[in-house]
Amino acid sequence: MSVETQKGRQDTAALTAPAPAIELRGISKSFGPVQANKDIAIKVAKGTIHGIIGENGAGKSTLMSILYGFYKADKGEILINGDHTDIPDSQAAIAAGIGMVFQHFKLVENFTVLENVVLGAESGPMLRPSLSKARKLLTQLSDEYELSVDPDAKIEDLSVGHQQRVEILKALYRQADILILDEPTGVLTPAEADHLFRILEGLRAQGKTIILITHKLREIMEITDTVSVMRRGQMTATVKTAETNPEQLAELMVGRKVLLQVDKAPAKLGDPILEVENLSVVDGDGVERVKGINFNVRAGEILGIAGVSGNGQSELLEVLAGYGKGTGTIRMNGDTLDLTGTKSDAKTRRKQGIAHVPEDRHAEGLILDFEAWENTALGYIDDPAYNRGLLMDNAAIRKDTEEKMERFDVRPPNPRLAAKNFSGGNQQKIVLAREIERNPDLLLIGQPTRGVDIGAIEFIHKQIVALRDQGKAIILVSVELEEIFSLSDRIAVMFDGHIMGERNPADTDEKELGLLMAGMTTEGA
Amino acid sequence: MDTMPKWADIVLIPLINLLIAFFLSGLVIWAIGKDPFEAIRTMVAGAFGSTDGVGYTLYYTTNFIFTGLAVAVASRAALFNIGGEGQVMLGGLGLTLLLLTVDFPHWAIALPVAVITSAAFGAGWAFVPAYLAAKRGSHIVVTTIMFNFIAFSLLGYMLVSSWIKKPGGVPESLDFAETVHLPNFHDILAPLGIEFSKHAPANISFFIAVACCVLFFVVMWHTQLGTAIRQFGKSEGAAIYAGVSPVKITIIAMMISGGLAGLMAVNATMGEAERLILGFSEGAGFIGIAVALMGRNHPFGIFLAAVLFGFLYQGGSELSLWMGIPRELVIVIQALVILLTGALDNMVRMPVERLFLHFRKGAN
Amino acid sequence: MSLMRTLLGAAATVTLGATATLADPAIIFDLGGKFDKSFNESAYTGAERWKEETGGNYLEIELQSDAQREQALRAFAGRGANPVVMAGFSFASALTEVAPDYPDTKFVIIDMVVDAPNVTSVVFNEHEGSYLVGMAAAMESETGTVGFIGGMDIPLISRFACGYAQGAKAANADATVVQNMTGSTPAAWNDPVKGGELTKAQISQGADVVFAAAGGTGIGVLQTAADEGILSIGVDSNQNFMHPGQVLTSMTKRVDNAVYNAFSAGEDVAPGFNVMGLNNDGVGYAVDEFNASVLSADTIAALEEAKAAIIAGDIAVHDFMSDSTCPM
Repeated sequence: MSVETQKGRQDTAALTAPAPAIELRGISKSFGPVQANKDIAIKVAKGTIHGIIGENGAGKSTLMSILYGFYKADKGEILINGDHTDIPDSQAAIAAGIGMVFQHFKLVENFTVLENVVLGAESGPMLRPSLSKARKLLTQLSDEYELSVDPDAKIEDLSVGHQQRVEILKALYRQADILILDEPTGVLTPAEADHLFRILEGLRAQGKTIILITHKLREIMEITDTVSVMRRGQMTATVKTAETNPEQLAELMVGRKVLLQVDKAPAKLGDPILEVENLSVVDGDGVERVKGINFNVRAGEILGIAGVSGNGQSELLEVLAGYGKGTGTIRMNGDTLDLTGTKSDAKTRRKQGIAHVPEDRHAEGLILDFEAWENTALGYIDDPAYNRGLLMDNAAIRKDTEEKMERFDVRPPNPRLAAKNFSGGNQQKIVLAREIERNPDLLLIGQPTRGVDIGAIEFIHKQIVALRDQGKAIILVSVELEEIFSLSDRIAVMFDGHIMGERNPADTDEKELGLLMAGMTTEGA
Repeated sequence: MDTMPKWADIVLIPLINLLIAFFLSGLVIWAIGKDPFEAIRTMVAGAFGSTDGVGYTLYYTTNFIFTGLAVAVASRAALFNIGGEGQVMLGGLGLTLLLLTVDFPHWAIALPVAVITSAAFGAGWAFVPAYLAAKRGSHIVVTTIMFNFIAFSLLGYMLVSSWIKKPGGVPESLDFAETVHLPNFHDILAPLGIEFSKHAPANISFFIAVACCVLFFVVMWHTQLGTAIRQFGKSEGAAIYAGVSPVKITIIAMMISGGLAGLMAVNATMGEAERLILGFSEGAGFIGIAVALMGRNHPFGIFLAAVLFGFLYQGGSELSLWMGIPRELVIVIQALVILLTGALDNMVRMPVERLFLHFRKGAN
Repeated sequence: MSLMRTLLGAAATVTLGATATLADPAIIFDLGGKFDKSFNESAYTGAERWKEETGGNYLEIELQSDAQREQALRAFAGRGANPVVMAGFSFASALTEVAPDYPDTKFVIIDMVVDAPNVTSVVFNEHEGSYLVGMAAAMESETGTVGFIGGMDIPLISRFACGYAQGAKAANADATVVQNMTGSTPAAWNDPVKGGELTKAQISQGADVVFAAAGGTGIGVLQTAADEGILSIGVDSNQNFMHPGQVLTSMTKRVDNAVYNAFSAGEDVAPGFNVMGLNNDGVGYAVDEFNASVLSADTIAALEEAKAAIIAGDIAVHDFMSDSTCPM
């Protein structure tokens, strides 16, 4: 067992290391009845990359928000380079040398890189002198850390990876010595993620301290020096990365042994359920998001659609689910679907045997303010079992919900609890229970495990495989390559609205898919 | 986060808001040299101390139930119908056209037709902004406000230059026939041996309003339509995902809203004035916003809030009648209640929530 | 009489702060409010004058809504106030309903006729006063074009306009009279901006004297006339003071006198018609230090002569409301 107890580690650190870049002592924070952080202690040595890993809701973001001055801790102390530091707001955090790169970038889209970097850190009331000074500094920083960003490019013209680099530049421009990155790879292609890691390594070499918040075990293993695991608001362990392995970390995160691989029998393929020919989708802004794609899905098959988010997968799902307009031909069980007219709505699609677990369960899959039972009826309010004459049979819905919750192990199994009060995993189970139990011929499922804790991921994956084994067709859209690999019977990669290629998971690897996701065709494509 | 029990949210907070509003009003009354305690006694006695007062209070209450429900239906669909005024006016116009053109032998026959007509006119008036919002994306707040002005001008034209105008300088319509006069509380209660003021304007429409409250509840929480409206209101994305058509729901919700507003004319025009008077809506369409806000868009809450505003109106009249408190100050008092219960809700909510948290933590 | 009891009972439960006692007079102001610088305010002035001179008390209310008309009438009558005076023609319907229920109470309605044994209807011969200011306008005009701006387009205002036109033609047979109404809804009583625009429009047509019979809208008319350097004529109250030397005169309609007289007569106010004309100073034109510089002695002499002739019946001013036509 290479896991040191916190206490043990503190002791050794006190003896050997100089003052750590960051030290937190006894940090506690509650939101109402929820204790988000409980007596957290952590030391991050200067010039290291320190990972913080934990399930959704484990308290990682809260902790970092305290460090960046967004929240005030109820209790505890913060030491920066050994000095007690009070961080009441983000200005104080910046002054203390802390920079933060958020999951959702805080950039002004139609400003240039330079303007964004300077924004809020102008040296005087006049912009021009700040800008010219900044340009020099920016070029210097850019070269020093191989960030290669054009200071005059507009943000809206930059790729996501470049935008992230602008965020890093912003922090460096504010003379950050400590950089916090919150789930930085969520929006990146594998190649972009690799590039980011090289940048981070460069920063470490220059003596910067980096805190990387993530839930991806692979990244932790790849780049961090030490890793702290959080579970339910507490720091359960801090270990040297070299001395641990993914299974152990997963166990520390969840609190029990977790199967990271999905066990599944070979697919028994049946007839084609869905056939898509020359499908194009133009969005509300007139941009063509799906460009003439062709594919099919057969009964008993999981078709994984890989790709960096924003390459047309969402639009594809929407048009299949009935609430996006498209051109081309889609046949479901041999019947041609209406893609533009009065029968192109989600209700009709459900009747045609298509169920849909949407990518964004907060904005689409659930109504967070509604109670669980009302969410169970979402999309199915016209189910005869839910109605009695003109009125809805709310009691029947509640009973049905209770049963579904039991079968899908939703906790707490209380149909009267508002959806927002369930954890991400349990929310997703509510959605899955609703859609899978309809016994659809085709299940569309987008990002099934986004924001879902590892324990629930295992369960959800099992349910998806079980449905496939009943001979149903499944289209799985995910930005998590691991997930695509472990679930799919066939993988299609989308880039810029095109399907770049289809692969058998056994015959390909992450590298090849990564290239396809970046729009590069490989030989044999 | 459910930091407070439901009763605190629904009862305690409005009550604290009210107490603060009354306290501030008391200060205002005291500042102009009148006795605030006497003022509250005057208001209570004037609004509830006699069947006459009750009759006026319930008359205003009826108006506010209709407009409050109207605002609430739209709010449940996340639409802000600020056009209650115009829809009320059109309801009145439709009602008047009906009652002046058709000879009804008895009010009981006229009433259902009048209800349908005024609701249809109100709904029709709401349809245009709803259609524009649903199909063309124009902002419903802007269009409904504009439609208030159009309605007012239309009514002005009808009452000044058309055949429905009563001769003379007052912009009002011809009187309705005696046969369609609605029974007021006196007429309703006399057979039961209960004596009620003969002249108070509260009439049978009050019961229509109460029925609308019940209907509102049933439709909103026990039918597919109501469920779809609430789904759309809480999350447009989820509603579309569920197969709810935003266009349809926007139009339907707004038309129900306009119809409810239009029904107010049954009370004010058919029940009280027995003719159409320009400006008979008297801001009730706007008061409806406060009523819905205070009633948390729930019919029971709206009923209570409407009674409260009915009390404020009738009690306010009594203040100006008997205490010489100028009507501007009566409006100040009414505005304080709206401000405290509506706009400044969070001012009270936050500390109370904190208090509950404190206690809960103490209990744990 | 159960209603009486109910009301009196209600009143008794209310601890009354006002020092009013039974048989005090009461006045009900219309929706415009008692400080409308015009009709209601004039009524208020009369009530206050009575209070000052007699030391008596009176009850009052400014209406907030139409539903309150009947309510206020019943409340005051039930409370024993006598007489109950209401300012404005909008009370007709309510009063018709209420008056028979309180046969012992005297009601006074201004600007409207309600036929009941206990109602006094006070009407003004606005056409007579308008005739005189029409003469004044034509005589002081240099362009020979005079303007009239009415408020809401109702017969009452046409009566002003018709009298005004007759007077202008009488003084100068070649005079041109331009007329505009502000609108057809009650909003026309309170739209000074539009009043100003109409004034400018009339100036561009050559008018150099404008008469505003438009309530609050008139304030905009008088202001614009003063700004543009032409003369204006006020209405209802004496508005000469508003722009000294630039308001030719004001067609006064002594609503204050009507209220004052009613209050003074008390319970003994005589029911029936009470016509306020030139003969009893119910209407007239204002002469004071503010318009001494613009209203010439010659003109005043001519107006006095015409006034006497009208009182004597030698000049008959056509009343628009008698047949809804104007001979001009």
